[in-house]
Amino acid sequence: MVPLWMYLVVSAAVFCIGVYGVLARRNAVAILMSVELMLNAVNINLLAFWRYVAPQNMAGQAFAAFVFVVAAAEAAVGLAIVIAVYRNRRSVIVEDVNLLRG
Amino acid sequence: MEPFDLLQSLPAIAPIIGLTITAIVVLALDLALPESQRRNIALVTAASLFATAAIMLAFWMPNADTEGLYWGGMIRYDILTWVFSVTVIIGAAITALLTIDVVGLNRRGEFYLVLVVSTLGACLITGAADLIMVFLGLETVTIPLYVLAAFRRDDKRSSESGMKYFLFGSFASAILLYGLSLMYGFTGHTNLYAIAEYMQTDAFQVNLIPVLIAIALIVVGFAFKISAAPFHFWTPDVYEGAPTPVTAFLSVASKAASFALLIRFALTAFPPSLAINGAEVQLFWTNLAAALAVISLIIGNILALAQKNIKRLLAYSSIAQAGYTLIGVASLAGDGRETAVAGIAYYMLMYTFTNLLAFGAVIVFSNATGKEDIKDFAGLSHRSPWLALGMTIGLLSLAGVPPAAGFFGKYFLFQAAVQSGLTWLALFGILMSIVALYYYLVIIKVMYVDKSEDADKPITISPVYGWTLGVVSLAIVLLGSFAVQPVFNWVLQGAQMLFANL
Repeated sequence: MVPLWMYLVVSAAVFCIGVYGVLARRNAVAILMSVELMLNAVNINLLAFWRYVAPQNMAGQAFAAFVFVVAAAEAAVGLAIVIAVYRNRRSVIVEDVNLLRG
Repeated sequence: MEPFDLLQSLPAIAPIIGLTITAIVVLALDLALPESQRRNIALVTAASLFATAAIMLAFWMPNADTEGLYWGGMIRYDILTWVFSVTVIIGAAITALLTIDVVGLNRRGEFYLVLVVSTLGACLITGAADLIMVFLGLETVTIPLYVLAAFRRDDKRSSESGMKYFLFGSFASAILLYGLSLMYGFTGHTNLYAIAEYMQTDAFQVNLIPVLIAIALIVVGFAFKISAAPFHFWTPDVYEGAPTPVTAFLSVASKAASFALLIRFALTAFPPSLAINGAEVQLFWTNLAAALAVISLIIGNILALAQKNIKRLLAYSSIAQAGYTLIGVASLAGDGRETAVAGIAYYMLMYTFTNLLAFGAVIVFSNATGKEDIKDFAGLSHRSPWLALGMTIGLLSLAGVPPAAGFFGKYFLFQAAVQSGLTWLALFGILMSIVALYYYLVIIKVMYVDKSEDADKPITISPVYGWTLGVVSLAIVLLGSFAVQPVFNWVLQGAQMLFANL
C-alpha cells in the first residue's frame, strides 16, 4: 500500500504550486484557479489522514465534502465579481485594476 | 455521548434561528413591498436583530448548568459565545439603520439579506467548537462580505474593492484550511475539545515542528481576517472602495467574530498545559501574537498619519486597533489570562459601537456632500454641530481618551499584558496610542477650527440617523463611565467559565 507520507508530499506540492500561482499570476481568474488548487491540496490531506489515521469515524470525509461545497460557493461569488470588474474596465489583470491606492 | 435532547439544544442556536427567520422575512418583504416602501426593510431588519439580541439576553442566557457542547459537539454554548454574538448582532442592526438613506443600497432587499446571512456566520463562529464548523462559519461570514463589498457593481471602485477582498480573503481561507487539515491529521479528531484531550495523552506522538507549522498557518489565516499587519494589504483598498455601510460592518463584525474564534481556538486546542517534547506550545503562539501586535501597531499608526481619505484613515486605524487587541491575545497564557479574555471581549464590544459611530458620521456627511476627504470636513462644527460632536466622540473613543469607552477598552488590555508579564508590550501600546492621538485630533481640528467655503450650507440629519448616532454616542459614553463595571463583570464571568472548562 502507498504509505501516508507520499500523499502528504503530493498535497504539500499542490499547495505550494497554488501559493506560487496566487503570488505570481496577474490574471484574476488564474488566481482563483490557484486558490482552488490550494483547496484541493487540503482535500488530499483530509482524505489521506482520514484513511490512515482515523478510518473509524467519518469526520474527515465530511470535512472534505464541506470543503467542496464551500469552494463551489466561493468560485461562484468570485467569478461573479470578476465579471462585474470586467464589465467596468474590460480587464481582469490585477495590475490594471488600481483605482484604489495611496 | 449523551442522548440528543432537542429542547435543551435549541438555546445554543437561538441567535441562528432568529437570524434565519429575519433573513426569510427580509426576502419576502423585498418581493411583497412596492419600490416606494422598500426603505422600511432597513427598519424591519434592525428591529428583528435587536429583538433577537434582547431575547438571547433575556431568556437564553447560558449558566453553569446549561453551558457545554451541543449539536454533536459542533457548537459551544457559553457566556463568551453570547457576548460576541450579541456584539455582532447589534453591530449588524446599527449597520442596517445606517444604510437607510444610502442611495443604491437602501431599497435593495437583498442587501439586508446578505448582511443578515453574514451575521449568521459570525454567530456560528463565536460558538464554533469543531474544525468543520470553524471553516464553515468563517466562510459564511466572508463570502457574503465579498458580495457586499462589490454591491455597487456598476461602480468601478466598489467592484474593485470586492475583487481585492475576494482574492485576498479566499487565499487566506485556503491557508487557514491547510492548517486545520494538518490539525485533523495529527489527532484524527475534528472537535477542538477532543483534539485538546488527545494531544495531552501519550498516544499523541508527533514532532514539534509540524504542529508549529500548523499553528503558524492558522495564525496567518486569522491575521488576514482580523487585518493584522503584515497581512493587511487588502484593508485600506477594500475599506475605501466598498460602500460605507459595508465598510462599517466588515470592520466590526468579521473582526469581533474572528477574535472570538481566535481566543477559543488558541485556548482550547493549545492550552497552557500542553507541552510537546518538553516544549511549551503556547509560548510559540503568544510570541507570534505579540510580534503581530507590534507590527500592526507600527504600520497602522504610522501609515494613518499620511492619509487624506477618511475611510482610508479609518482603515489604518482599524489595523492599529487589531494590534491593541492582539496585545490581549498575547497575554492569554500568563497570569492575566482572565483579564485578557474579558478585555478582548470588552474591547470588541466598545469598538463595534465606536467604529459604527465614526463610519455613521462619515455616511451622513457623504450622503449630504458626496465627499470623503478629510479636508472636506472643514467647518463641520458650523454646518452641523451635532454631527461634529458625534464624530468627535467616536474619534476620542478610538484614540482612548476618557470618558469615551475606548479608554477602558485599552486599559483592560494593558492591564492584562502587565499581569501576564508583558509590561514592555503594554508600554509600547501606550506609546503608540500617543502617536494615534495625533491623527485623530487632526480630524477634530479640521472639523472645529478650519474654515471652508461651504460653511453656510448646513447639513441636515434625518431622524433615523439622528436617533441612531445619538443612541450609539450615548452608549459609548456610558460604556466609558457607569456601565463599565456591570459589562466588564459580565464578560469576566464568561472568561472564568471558559477557563473552568480547560
